[in-house]
Amino acid sequence: MKIKVNGEFLTDFSGNISELLQKQNLSADRVAVEYNGEILSRENFNNIFLKDGDVVEIVHFVGGG
Amino acid sequence: MVTEKELFNALAERHGVEIQKKFANSCVGIAGLGGLGSNIAVYLTRLGIGKLILVDFDNVDITNINRQNYVLSDIGRPKTTALYEHLIKINPYLNYQLHQVKITSENAVSLFSGCDIICEAFDKPDQKAMLIQTLLSTLKDVKIVSGNGMAGFNTANLIKTTNPIKNLYICGDGQSDISDGLGLMSPRVAVCASHQATMIMRLLLNENNV
Repeated sequence: MKIKVNGEFLTDFSGNISELLQKQNLSADRVAVEYNGEILSRENFNNIFLKDGDVVEIVHFVGGG
Repeated sequence: MVTEKELFNALAERHGVEIQKKFANSCVGIAGLGGLGSNIAVYLTRLGIGKLILVDFDNVDITNINRQNYVLSDIGRPKTTALYEHLIKINPYLNYQLHQVKITSENAVSLFSGCDIICEAFDKPDQKAMLIQTLLSTLKDVKIVSGNGMAGFNTANLIKTTNPIKNLYICGDGQSDISDGLGLMSPRVAVCASHQATMIMRLLLNENNV
């Protein structure tokens, strides 16, 4: 299985969006995730299991403003 | 007192008449009136954006003075009204809509529906994520310009504008985090605010590339 995350191919991952975030050491409450062109609500992070060809963009937010 | 027509004409002379008409017919929402939002509001007021929706629940604190567009006599007052009084000295003829309320996933859509562009200018990362998820999943045509990473005193050249997700523009270095003990300092925060205001300006003129 090959998925694209922030422009880079991942071949050694299977799981849902929450598990992908964990693998990347990102906190689920500090990210915006686009899955195949659609923004995801946080409630869906557990429900969506990645499949071959999926494209994911993750923006991780830091504090300050 | 400068009249509305005199001020419009002066802005049009600097910006161009067609551009000024577009600005005058635009609506921009600003979520958070701190270091980013208060400065962005000033830039958008100087551009002559017709309608500004300004939202913040907080009062001006003495620790805001280092970087936010407030003065000592504003301390203790709501940021919305304090900022409004500065903005009307720049342009009293714009439509300013003030909401002193905490933005949540429940009220965000109703606060900002009707905006061409919404500017995310919070300081807490979970609030940034909440607002963006809520608005982008509900308001399909809206564009969001967000600030992400402007703390510390690293070079300003690390602060840039990107468009990683459809309808989401991110300004900042993406890294510097106040939770790592970095402070927020006026010039670098203002660079990020200027990036956001510039992207908002470009989007209003249908220039969608960063």
